[in-house]
Amino acid sequence: MSSLPWLTIVGVTPLVGSLVIALLPSSSAPGSDAARRRRDLLVKRTALGFSLLTLVLTIAMVVSFSPGGPDYQFTQVYSWIPRFGIHYAVGVDGIALVLIAMTAVLTPAVVLASWHDVDPPPEVAATADTPGSGPKAVPARARRRSVKAYFAWMLLLETMVIGIFAATDLFLFYVLFEAMLIPMYFMIGSYGVGRRQYAAVKFLLYSLLGGLLMLAAVIALYVYSARAGHPGTFLFSQLTHVALSPGAQKWLFLGFFIAFAIKAPVWPFHTWLPDAAAAAQPGAAVLLVGVLDKVGTFGMLRYCLELFPSASRYFTPLILVLAVVGVLYAAIVAIGQTDMKRLIAYTSVSHFGLITMGIFALTSQGQVGATLYMVNHGFATGALFLIAGFLIARRRSSLIADYGGVQKVAPVLAGLFLIAGLAGLSLPGLSTFVSEFLVLVGTFTRYRAAAIAATVAVVLSAIYILWMYQRTMHGPVRKPVEGMPDLKARELWAVGPLIALIIALGVYPQPLLNIINPAVQHTLTQVHAIDPVPPHPGQKSVTSVADPGRIVGGKLTKKELAP
Amino acid sequence: MTSLSGALAAATITPPHIEYGQLSPLLVVFGAAVAGVLVEAFVPRERRRAFHLVIALGGLVAAFALIISVAATPSLFAHGSPGHVVAMGAVGVDGPTLFIQGTIVVLAFVSVLLIAESSHGVSPFAAQAAAVPGSAEEREGLLRGISHTEVYPLTLFAVGGMMLFPAANDLLTMFVALEVLSLPLYLLCGLARRRRLISQEAAMKYFLLGAFSSAFFLFGVAMLYGYSGSVSLSAIAAAAATNVSSATLLYAGIALVGIGLLFKIGAVPFQSWKPDVYQGAPTAVTALMASCTVVSAFGGLLRVFYVAFGQLTWDWRPAMWGVAILTMLAGAIIAITQTDVKRMLAYSSIAHGGFVLTAVVAATAAGLSASLFYLAVYGLTTIGAFAVVTLVRDPAGEANHLSKWAGLGKRSPWLAGVFAFFLLAFAGIPLTSGFAGKFAVFQAAAAGGALPLVIIGVLASAVAAFFYVRVIVLMFFSDPAPDGPTVVTPGLFTGAAVAVGAAATLVFGIAPEPLLALASHAAAHLFVR
Repeated sequence: MSSLPWLTIVGVTPLVGSLVIALLPSSSAPGSDAARRRRDLLVKRTALGFSLLTLVLTIAMVVSFSPGGPDYQFTQVYSWIPRFGIHYAVGVDGIALVLIAMTAVLTPAVVLASWHDVDPPPEVAATADTPGSGPKAVPARARRRSVKAYFAWMLLLETMVIGIFAATDLFLFYVLFEAMLIPMYFMIGSYGVGRRQYAAVKFLLYSLLGGLLMLAAVIALYVYSARAGHPGTFLFSQLTHVALSPGAQKWLFLGFFIAFAIKAPVWPFHTWLPDAAAAAQPGAAVLLVGVLDKVGTFGMLRYCLELFPSASRYFTPLILVLAVVGVLYAAIVAIGQTDMKRLIAYTSVSHFGLITMGIFALTSQGQVGATLYMVNHGFATGALFLIAGFLIARRRSSLIADYGGVQKVAPVLAGLFLIAGLAGLSLPGLSTFVSEFLVLVGTFTRYRAAAIAATVAVVLSAIYILWMYQRTMHGPVRKPVEGMPDLKARELWAVGPLIALIIALGVYPQPLLNIINPAVQHTLTQVHAIDPVPPHPGQKSVTSVADPGRIVGGKLTKKELAP
Repeated sequence: MTSLSGALAAATITPPHIEYGQLSPLLVVFGAAVAGVLVEAFVPRERRRAFHLVIALGGLVAAFALIISVAATPSLFAHGSPGHVVAMGAVGVDGPTLFIQGTIVVLAFVSVLLIAESSHGVSPFAAQAAAVPGSAEEREGLLRGISHTEVYPLTLFAVGGMMLFPAANDLLTMFVALEVLSLPLYLLCGLARRRRLISQEAAMKYFLLGAFSSAFFLFGVAMLYGYSGSVSLSAIAAAAATNVSSATLLYAGIALVGIGLLFKIGAVPFQSWKPDVYQGAPTAVTALMASCTVVSAFGGLLRVFYVAFGQLTWDWRPAMWGVAILTMLAGAIIAITQTDVKRMLAYSSIAHGGFVLTAVVAATAAGLSASLFYLAVYGLTTIGAFAVVTLVRDPAGEANHLSKWAGLGKRSPWLAGVFAFFLLAFAGIPLTSGFAGKFAVFQAAAAGGALPLVIIGVLASAVAAFFYVRVIVLMFFSDPAPDGPTVVTPGLFTGAAVAVGAAATLVFGIAPEPLLALASHAAAHLFVR
């Protein structure tokens, strides 16, 4: 293996960026407006530079990952708190690797898209310069927000998320899982819009409650590992060998699952997400929905399944019911939304239901699909949120009813919005289709009813996406929309790569599948799950555990050609 | 006294053998306190503060050095012995005790820094405690800029008592230590320069309830003496192991002694004094009580329940479970409704006492070492938090009402940031010492078979997180009130206290291993018997 500690390098780079930004001169320091703007620009360029550097390093890491190699690569293990068997241990399997890559791709896009999101509004400068402008100056001044803190939080969050995906020590995972709340809390609470405080607190308390339940389970697991005769440990590789009684497994599984279900979020733990996403700036919302929430589904896949295999199988029916209800419920609720950001948040809840379903179907196709879905959802929903954000930045409203006819004044914006939206409804040819199809097929081979019920959501997703598109982009040009500028170069650079990825991965998902497949096989072996044998002997190859990805991929290309 | 009785009965009683070396930390602190009294008597008023500072801080530093030298004595722990019993069996010198004493001395040092702060113009203490509030004498004292300097010797006496309390190896010595630590604290509570009535009310309440609890404790001691024929902890343990008759006396004794000890910790249902006293006392004294006194009281509780009642774990554990559950839940839930920052921290301190109790219940070396670690890191964070409280002021003194803290993050981001950091540590967010501590105690409790307690503790933490976060929301996301308080620039002493608290919270959050190792080493052989 490569001797470079890739994961530590990739993880620490944004952290360094965050510290550098923190040390840059603050925009609230005295100086003229021009000087202030120069300082803000320096902050933003630094953030962009470090996030791009992280991306380059991540690409280098992905290239040096060998899909056929050991389960965990780029591993490092150092003792951190030996008394409790706590380590700084990192390593990635294919699943974690693609999620890290997704994070690294999304962050520069978000930095670029958020360029002016937290700038002081122009009238603030005006009122601040004219003394005695009355009560208006007070709220305007109070809403002044530190530009550099916003981007520093963003990079800090990237470090933590990469650390979460890379951690192979349960304690390290838990610490980052909880610490991650702080940057997001401030990004929503300080920089959000509307009911930002309420949303930030709701987000924090929900997550904290889940996290603390998980803490109880983490401690209990540690205690069990110590009872097995050796000193206790938090190393994931050793925890999977701890013998647990069936009862203990069930309780511990619930402790972990509830935390992840809140994070993901799975119905009925989802109510914080629409509030948080609607109150957050579009960039923060992308990080929240696209990146942060993936930690929940990733946790289910890595920790719930591998640590508690028999409990996972025991709870599968219940979780599938929750997932299916979530898929349908959130899709129906999404149709009724009047606010673009809330609508997109609800579509995400629906998609997370599908991901959860794919994970707990316990088939290789389902899990490959779920993992792929996590990545694709990040790009698709990220692009959708960012473009909606561009729209909102122009009109200063997130209500669908305030728009109409945008397509005539800003065709590029509308076009990209459509592509991102179509990715949201999983149009064949776009990346999300591959993953959704795999999830449904993988579920169908074992749980037909669940798969069939979830398929209804595909129809519903067409309604909510297309109806939103129709109401905002088509029809007569509404007065406030007149003269709305089309996408600027910066905005194109932010979403362009995401759209390109959506199309590229829709046509040719094979590289990702090659990376994901061995990891999924490993997970399934841990859960002792074997793909069900299909009724037709002719299709036996589909269930061949040796390399289902190749076959899956082959099937897909056939489907791709059909339409 | 000793020489007199020695002369009277020289023929029959051998003079007590005192191991001065091993008792030296205690002796130094008490000696510094006596020296402080002499300073009050002989040094002119305007120069007293400097003298007191040198004596108090020097005494504490010397005590800390002596504790380390005693702990480093190879003979103390030779052949796996847990330690020595010195002063004719009255005082135990062992790992946990030295750890607790070291913690108390460090916390007391930082508290004295807060007590000594006078850069906001005047010291936080009343000019003349005896002057009736609102009287001419009081006005005169204020005009002349007099400030109380008795606080330094009083503090040192209290600290000496706190160091003796967990070391006491028999219940009578423990009772004496309890009074030595309590009486100066009753006085200190009533010395606030501003809001004197509420301060004196706090002192009165603390004194009355404290006297009650002392009576309970003493009554329990009498019962245990009646049961075992001795006040020594090891003799009580030996009697409990052999003597099965008159168990009523034993259980009544355990209950009454336990009430006395739990009162000092502020465990529910003996917590009612805490919010009033924490609110009324001068904030520097509150910091002293919230850190040193709690550490000392837990030290005493641990020693009594591990040594004297160590064989009876099955008997007292259910009651202690109940107390721990009530303490965690009541502390966390009532704290939500508080509007005064000091009262909120008082209820938070009650809840944290409950968290430590979960490890006490385990009655294992792991439980002991987790408690020691928790107390050390919690004490440092607490002092830092109270130090911040002293800095947020309006014309009437400290602005303790939470509504006045709105928008503090906009006006002084650094101070609000540090306070938010302390609150996050209280809430147990990872990478703060509070998380490491919480993890240690819950881990020990779970290993000791108290998983339900851990789950309740975790839920209580979630409730507690709510009110900590609420203050952060208030500071950072609310708009500042136009007539809000000003944040004074911290003086050297307060700044040092805040810095020590923040540094400890951060360092022990990221790298708790050295301190955990020390606590675990100290607790390895439990208490000496």
